Amino acid sequence: MMPDLGKYATEVLSAYVVSLALIVVLVLISWRQSQVVRARLREVERRRDPDG
Amino acid sequence: MSSMWEYANPKRFMQLSGTVLPWVSGLAALCLIVGLYWGFFLTPDDFRQGSTVKIIYLHVPSALMAINAWIMMLVTSLVWLIRRHHVSALAARAAAPVGATFTVIALATGAIWGQPMWGTWWVWDPRLTSFLILFLFYLGYIALWEAVEDPDTAADLTSVLCLVGSVFALMSRYAVLFWNQGLHQGATLSLDKEENISDVFYFPLLVSIAGFVLLFVALVLLRTRTEIRARRLRALIARERMA
Repeated sequence: MMPDLGKYATEVLSAYVVSLALIVVLVLISWRQSQVVRARLREVERRRDPDG
Repeated sequence: MSSMWEYANPKRFMQLSGTVLPWVSGLAALCLIVGLYWGFFLTPDDFRQGSTVKIIYLHVPSALMAINAWIMMLVTSLVWLIRRHHVSALAARAAAPVGATFTVIALATGAIWGQPMWGTWWVWDPRLTSFLILFLFYLGYIALWEAVEDPDTAADLTSVLCLVGSVFALMSRYAVLFWNQGLHQGATLSLDKEENISDVFYFPLLVSIAGFVLLFVALVLLRTRTEIRARRLRALIARERMA
């Protein structure tokens, strides 16, 4: 259940929303970059050594 | 016993980090969820700050890691300058966006907390100002890596920038002690029981700090692995073009 944040509800909630959003975006960007580079490397390695 | 320098070998680093990364990521998620849930839902309001005290579970760990990320970059930059290990230069590069994001979180949550408590979003207080300069150093560091084409030259130049920026990283931590002025209070955590915050806030804060530390480690490992792969990719493409 949501705690009673009183008159500072806007400040507390906005601090959590902004921070968690930034963390999620950072994680997603890092994960996405990792997947893209990994796939491209795999493709180039396959091109160099089609049997390997 | 194997030397730590063995992990400067990209292959060894990839092996070790591949094993460790899922565990660190899982632990980071667990500590963050527990720490933030505990802090947000299960702790009481402070008698002076009211419910804004709940912002410390984000502000203190992010500020701590914003500075420590730069210190980690300083150490890896020095390793690059002295021993020329590519993995250390790439680890510093990988850590910069993570540190910059933590700096933004610390600045944003500080401003959001400051408005009701100090009556202002921002003051040119020594700690806040040195923290803002640290953020600008992060941006400059990231931009410099992007701007220089040759990776070794980029690593050299960014390492020197990192050394200079370390002054502001240290200043943002110790500014309150250097200048006895400004609005920002002293350290939230202290070994002195009298000065330390109450246990009811302290324990969830420790779990939250552990979550931020582990999140930083997990992201730096993930991003360093990406940088190592990207470096190999560039080398293979260059070889293909020459052939």
